[in-house]
Formats: sequence, structure tokens, C-alpha cells
Amino acid sequence: MNLLGLYNYWIFILLLVVGLYAVLVKGNYVKRMIGLGIFQSAVFLLYITMDKVEGGTGPIMQGVPEPGQLYANPIPQVLILTAIVVGIAVTALGLALAIRIREEYGSIEESDIRRLDHES
Amino acid sequence: MTLTEQFPVLVVVLPLFVAPLLALLASRGNLPWLVATATSALTFAMAIALTAQVMQTGVIDYDLGNWPVPFGIGLTIGPLSAMMLMIISGASTVALVAGRESMNAEVGTAHQALLYSCWLLAMTGLLGIAVTGDAFNIFVFMEISSLASYVMVANGPKRQALTASFKYLVTGTLGATFYLIGVGYLYMMTGTLNIADMAVRLADVSDTLPVMIAGGFVILGVALKAALFPMHAWMPNAYQQAPTPVAIFFAACATKVALFVMLRFQYELLLPNLGPQAAFLSSWLIPLCVGGFLVGSAVAMFERDLKRMLGYSSVAQLAYIVLGISLASSSGVTSAIIHFFNHALIKSALFVAVAGMVLRFGSSNIEQLAGVGKRMPLTTLGFVMAGLSLIGVPLTAGFISKWYLIQAVLEQGPMGILLTILILVSSLMAVVYIWKVVEVAYFKEPVDGQPLVGVREAPMPLLVILWVLVFANIWFGIDPSIPIALAEQEAAGFFGGAR
Repeated sequence: MNLLGLYNYWIFILLLVVGLYAVLVKGNYVKRMIGLGIFQSAVFLLYITMDKVEGGTGPIMQGVPEPGQLYANPIPQVLILTAIVVGIAVTALGLALAIRIREEYGSIEESDIRRLDHES
Repeated sequence: MTLTEQFPVLVVVLPLFVAPLLALLASRGNLPWLVATATSALTFAMAIALTAQVMQTGVIDYDLGNWPVPFGIGLTIGPLSAMMLMIISGASTVALVAGRESMNAEVGTAHQALLYSCWLLAMTGLLGIAVTGDAFNIFVFMEISSLASYVMVANGPKRQALTASFKYLVTGTLGATFYLIGVGYLYMMTGTLNIADMAVRLADVSDTLPVMIAGGFVILGVALKAALFPMHAWMPNAYQQAPTPVAIFFAACATKVALFVMLRFQYELLLPNLGPQAAFLSSWLIPLCVGGFLVGSAVAMFERDLKRMLGYSSVAQLAYIVLGISLASSSGVTSAIIHFFNHALIKSALFVAVAGMVLRFGSSNIEQLAGVGKRMPLTTLGFVMAGLSLIGVPLTAGFISKWYLIQAVLEQGPMGILLTILILVSSLMAVVYIWKVVEVAYFKEPVDGQPLVGVREAPMPLLVILWVLVFANIWFGIDPSIPIALAEQEAAGFFGGAR
């Protein structure tokens, strides 16, 4: 249980909090999307980290495996590949919405938009 | 191998396959609507067949691609899943038939084919969550339905729809990602994603910190998706700004599916294995529920927009369901499942009526609806009947829900009496906000002599659907045997082994 050995998990938590902060605090819609991207990347890192097996190689079988040969767990990698695709779709859609919002309001700042909605 | 054996997978695959075809079709006539409605109705028929089968023979297990379960993805249709299938496909069919003219009025014909394509995708995702037995699969289906929903909400007639959709997207993604973290921790500790398999393996590691944290993350994630107080802000907004038919569809089933996931995790994984810690977790939910139904009903009383008012009322109603879930008792989960069913009937009826009013008045502002009772008597009466069911008047479906919930709450001892009083207070607030609409509809003169000459009764399909739903509200208020049988079957499944 050494702190450095958990390096990836520390980074996971850091990214998670940084992303969440940006999503909750920033008023700019593009910055929020960036925050959301960081937040999701944190989870990708979590999954990628957990598939590591000490002393294991890539999970590709070549010929007959030697006894005692260890492999990394391929399942989290596959899972997170799916999650990355989902993340890309969310980012693309969010940015598309930001563009449409700019077309309609002329701004992507939450405060401006709130003011414009209030006036109309 | 007959076709009926394949229903568990067909129910999801059919809308999934039709959706891209619709997008390719891009026709401007009635064809996209017709195809979407036919698909939805066919799915509904399959859901009814599956429910009948589950009621007769019990849980249906289906191995996708014939891979045995811990390795492949298994579909599990229990009584609650079957009920969810009926609610989702039924609500979709109802909303498509009743909302056709609203859709023509609110969404340009050029976008309709794509919108219906998204509609079917959203339905696919929701149905998928209901049938799958795989925790990661739930995440994927959740995101399929959510992404399609964001697009549908953004298609609303006003520009505020765009910001409503953006907020929905941010909240929804946070929720799904929290859920994903929770599933990651569970996978770390158990090495499996199949929920039934996980339930068995969790027993060995039930005392570990990661499992508890996983429980917290999963509950937090689905609570965000389900608009549980105080994370509900996105929902009334999205319901108000979405095209009205989309609001009918979502009001009946979208957030309920998240609660379905919460219920499954609580009762299949956390409570049997974590015991006291899980009970601790759910006891934290109770104050949130109380806050949810009190704040939801109170805000609804002062809301001036009819759709927003119903959105806040949904916040309150969903809090009743979560309260049932968090009681961690057999009667609690029964009451939650019964309210799944009844709330879908109530809210879809209310929203169908509102769709009629919005279609004819061009506004969902309550003040502007003055005189609607005289111009659209059938629609308004339908709204009032469904409103009575929402309040929980005897002989309506809403009463059955309240009755079971209060019975379950009273089992909890002294705290139960307090909760019962609070539930009754919230119901009284529902009387107030439904009455507010009645008053404007029947007793107010139109604002500044606004002529109501052009206003006539809502279109026939909408009226037929509305009255079918109102009739169903009364039917299931007098003879609630079907939802109760399903709920008790499911609760027995959860508690049968343990008690």
C-alpha cells in the first residue's frame, strides 16, 4: 500500500474533481463541455488502470501460452472503448448545441443567455 | 424455435433497426409518423405478450447469441421488467398517436423523419435497460436513450429548448458517468458484469470499502438521471421546452427507467449483500424524498406554466416511488412498483390533455387558458379526471398507489406516522394546483375579451387516447389486480429467499 503505487488512482480523483469543478462552476458552455470531457476521461483512466495485471502482457494469444504467463484483463479495455465512443457522441452533440445556442442568442455565456431570456 | 421465444430480444431490436431506416427515408409526408407508430404499436403488442408469459411462467431468461450467461450478455425479464416494457412502449404509442397534430404544429416537416428516428432510438435505449441483465449494458442503453432524448428536447419550438437540452445533457452525462464509476468498482471487486452473477459474488466481498463506494456512486448516478430532489432542476425545464408529444412520452417513462435501475441495484445487489450499510444508504434517501415531494408540490402550486407545473408534480410523484424503494421492505417495493404503473397512466393522461390545450391555444400559460372548459369540454374534463387520480381520490389508480405507500410507510413505526402526514400534506398541495387549473378553465372569463371563436375541441385521435387513459385510470382504481400481481411477484422474488 504505497502512495506512489496508486499513482493512477490519484490522477483519476484529480481529473474527476477538476472536471466536475469546471462543469458546475463555469458559465461558458464550451468550457463546461471541456469539463465534462475531463470528467469522463477520469473514468476512462480508472477502467484502464484496473485491467493491469502485475507482470502481465497484452492479452493477445500467440501460439500455445507458456505456463504461468500472465495477461492483462481485456474486458475493461473493451468496456471503456465503448464508453469513449459514447463520450465522443456526447461531446459532439454538446458542442453542436453550443453552436445552435450561439446562432440563436449570439452568446454562449450562461449569464448573457439568462439576461436575454429574462428580457424577452 | 418459434418467434415468440425471440420476443425478449426482438422487443429491443425492432425499434433499433427501424430507426436508421427512418432517418434514411427522410420523407416529408405521413410515412415517418406511420412507420414510427406501427413500430411502437408492434413493440407494445410484444410487451403485452411477454407480460402475460411472465405472469404465467415466471422470469424469462434469454442468452444473447446463445452464449451462456456469465460470458455472454443475458436478458432477464421479470415481472417488473415486463411492466416497464409495457409502460415504455405503451407511452410511446400513446404519445405518437395523440401527439401527431402537435408535432406537425411544433416541428417543421423537414425535421420530422429524423425526430421520429431519434424517438425510436430513445425507445430502444429505455426498453434495453428494462430487459438487460448486464450492468454495463445498462450504461450503454442509458446513453443511447439519453443522447436521442437530448436531440428531441432541443427540437422544441422555442429557443429556450436549446439551453434546456444543454442542461439536460450535462446533468445526464454526469449521472451516467457516476453510474459508470460505480459499475467499475463493482467489476473490480467481483470480476463480473452480469447482475445475477454479481449478486452471488458480492457476498464474499460485501464488507469492503470499494463495494460501499460503488453503491453510493450508482445510487447518485441514477438519482441524477431520475431527477431526484435536489437534482431535479433539469426536468421541469426539459418537459416545458420539449415538443409536447416528446413531453408525453418522457413524462410517462424516461425518469422511471432510472428508478428501475435504482430499484434493481438496491434489492438485487446492495440490500441482500451489504445489509446494514445498504440500509444506511437508503435511509439517506428518505429525507431527499420528503424534500422532493414537498418542494415539488409546493413549486407546482405557484408555477404559471402548465407543462412546468406537471414537471414539478412529477418531481413529487417520483419522490413517492423512491420513498417506497428506500423503505427497504417488501411492502415498500410493492408500493413503488404499483406507482410505476399508475403514475405512467396518470401523467400520460394529463400530458395528453395538455397537448390538446396547447395545440388549440398555442400557449401553455395557465392564465391564457381561461374559458378552455367551455371550448374544449371533453379535453378539460379528461384533465380533471386524471388530476383527481393524481391527487389520489378513491376509485382512481392514484388512490391505490397512495394506499399501498401509506401502508408501507406505517410499518416503519413512529417515523411512519410523520411521513404519512407529510404525504397527505403533499397530496393537499396537489389538490391546490389541480384546482388552480380547474378555476381558470371553468370560472374565468378569457383575458381582455380575447376571442375564443377559433378554439374548438382537440382532434379525434387525441380525445380517444385521452379517454382511454382516463378510463384506464378508473379501471385500475377499481380492479388493480394486474399491477398488484406483478408488483407482488417481483417483491416475492427479492424477498422470497431472504425472509
